[in-house]
Amino acid sequence: MSKVQSAAVKREAIATRDAYGEALLELGKKRQDIVVLDADLSGSTKTGKFAKAFPDRFYNIGIAEQDMICTAAGLALSGKLPFASTFAIFETGRAWEQIRQTICYSNLNVKLVATHGGVTVGEDGASHQATEDIALMRVLPNMTIIVPADAHETRQVINAIADYHGPVYVRLGRSKVPAVMPDDYEFKIGRAYTFHKGRDANIVAIGIMVSTALEASKILSQEGIDAGVINMSTVKPLDTETLLDVAKTCKLIVTAEEHSIIGGLGGAVSEFLSENHPTCLRRIGLKNVFGCSGTSEELLKLYGLTADDIVRTIKEALKQ
Amino acid sequence: MEHTGTQRERDVTFLKRQAKLVRIEILKMLTLAGSGHTGGSLSAADIVTALYFSKMRHRPDNPGWRERDRFILSKGHAAPLLYAVLAMSGYFDISILKTLRRLGSPLQGHPCSRVLPGVEISTGSLGQGLSVSNGMAIGMKMDNLNARVYCLLGDGEIQEGQVWEAAMTAAHYKLDNLCAIVDINGLQIDGPVSQVKTIEPVSSKWRAFGWNVIEINGHNMEEILDALDGAETIKGKPSVILAYTIKGKGVSFFEGKVEYHGVAPTQKELEKALKELEANE
Repeated sequence: MSKVQSAAVKREAIATRDAYGEALLELGKKRQDIVVLDADLSGSTKTGKFAKAFPDRFYNIGIAEQDMICTAAGLALSGKLPFASTFAIFETGRAWEQIRQTICYSNLNVKLVATHGGVTVGEDGASHQATEDIALMRVLPNMTIIVPADAHETRQVINAIADYHGPVYVRLGRSKVPAVMPDDYEFKIGRAYTFHKGRDANIVAIGIMVSTALEASKILSQEGIDAGVINMSTVKPLDTETLLDVAKTCKLIVTAEEHSIIGGLGGAVSEFLSENHPTCLRRIGLKNVFGCSGTSEELLKLYGLTADDIVRTIKEALKQ
Repeated sequence: MEHTGTQRERDVTFLKRQAKLVRIEILKMLTLAGSGHTGGSLSAADIVTALYFSKMRHRPDNPGWRERDRFILSKGHAAPLLYAVLAMSGYFDISILKTLRRLGSPLQGHPCSRVLPGVEISTGSLGQGLSVSNGMAIGMKMDNLNARVYCLLGDGEIQEGQVWEAAMTAAHYKLDNLCAIVDINGLQIDGPVSQVKTIEPVSSKWRAFGWNVIEINGHNMEEILDALDGAETIKGKPSVILAYTIKGKGVSFFEGKVEYHGVAPTQKELEKALKELEANE
């Protein structure tokens, strides 16, 4: 925990989308094959930085997500490394079938990096808050899914996926997130990061919920409950080795995500554990409801996504 | 390249013969498979024959050749047509055509690029091929490649909204290395396109979207070759060839019949059809 706290003190809170914009710009300097596409949201997704530096390698496809996804496919077929970005709900929802038919079926090297995942989109409301995107991407063969926890991890993720061949979906957020990953952290696709292993419970979290889980773990430790925290940033393929290891040595697993409890991280962990090591399990996430307008903080509270909610869930489950 | 009158005449004679052989292969493989799309494979047979056996620069022994012209079958249900021209070009052994739609065959019901050399991209879900073609055309321009992209769409297919998103993109980015071809056979599964949902006025739609439009009889080999050559000379905008065709073309009892959109010939129908094609020199 001390390692974590020192990291948090040293680095300021940055939105993962901002880290993406910077990482993409750096990558663009190093690699000539990177081409970026956006669907009229380059200011919000932060691909605008790349666009400004490399106008010849940026294609705004306008408000046409389906066209953007398939154009990216064509660029990949021409030997380019396309990054296609828009808001998560439009990227995965509006263009789902294009991602299935043209990208995943042919296993094309297209990077889908979406911003505005989850309810922390805030005031724009449910229409713009993706709370089903991970579920939509998880069912697709060949797809890799990554949800970074902070800016530091996001930068590493962007570099890692550029070196990986195949379709990848990266889910980023709009709001600032505290820095949680240690300085010496090295992201690897498919490898979870264990902050510490809890004897009583372990919280398996992604995205902004990693910092919330760390907060919950701290509160619980003051009450004598040892709850570990695992950042499962690669949701697919799931790091089942780490998961099995912690499940075998504690009483309870709690998943935490800014996404529906159906089909996302909670779904993936439940499916794996129920078949391989039945474990008492609770899922923190949106409980089969749409989001609504409000500030990020208000919405996290409304949908039960705070540290207190995790604390209460763990205490209640351990009592049973 | 300028064709002399006699050279062009020789080309046309050769292509007409090839188109007949392509139709025969289509009918044979469909009959063996017992299912598949007969009408739309036959309607586009002359156009695709002209592309693979005359217009396109490609190397069947090296399907990934960087400077090749690309062909995208956006109307993926015409897979038997694509398989016939690929096999006859030498991408794979012609005996494989017999395995169409069978378990384990590289000849999937709709084209799959992962399992069959020569298929540029998997298609079958309508409306996506033109966007993919745009991406390829952009990539080729970035690399200063001189090659061209040909994309074949169905007339029913252009009811898909994504086609018009792509049409806008191609014009905006001035993709003059792209040539779309719409196989206007007038029929879709549920009936005549004009009755299901009209696409008219089709030529002014493409023109309004910023495209160079060429209208031809899609069964006249001279017109097909002229249109393909003509499209290549147009700079600064993409070209679309609106090819008016007959669904089921080449077999009198399939022609213009909506019932044969997605039905394979029976053995009896095949025998009759082959006789008819052979007689039609």
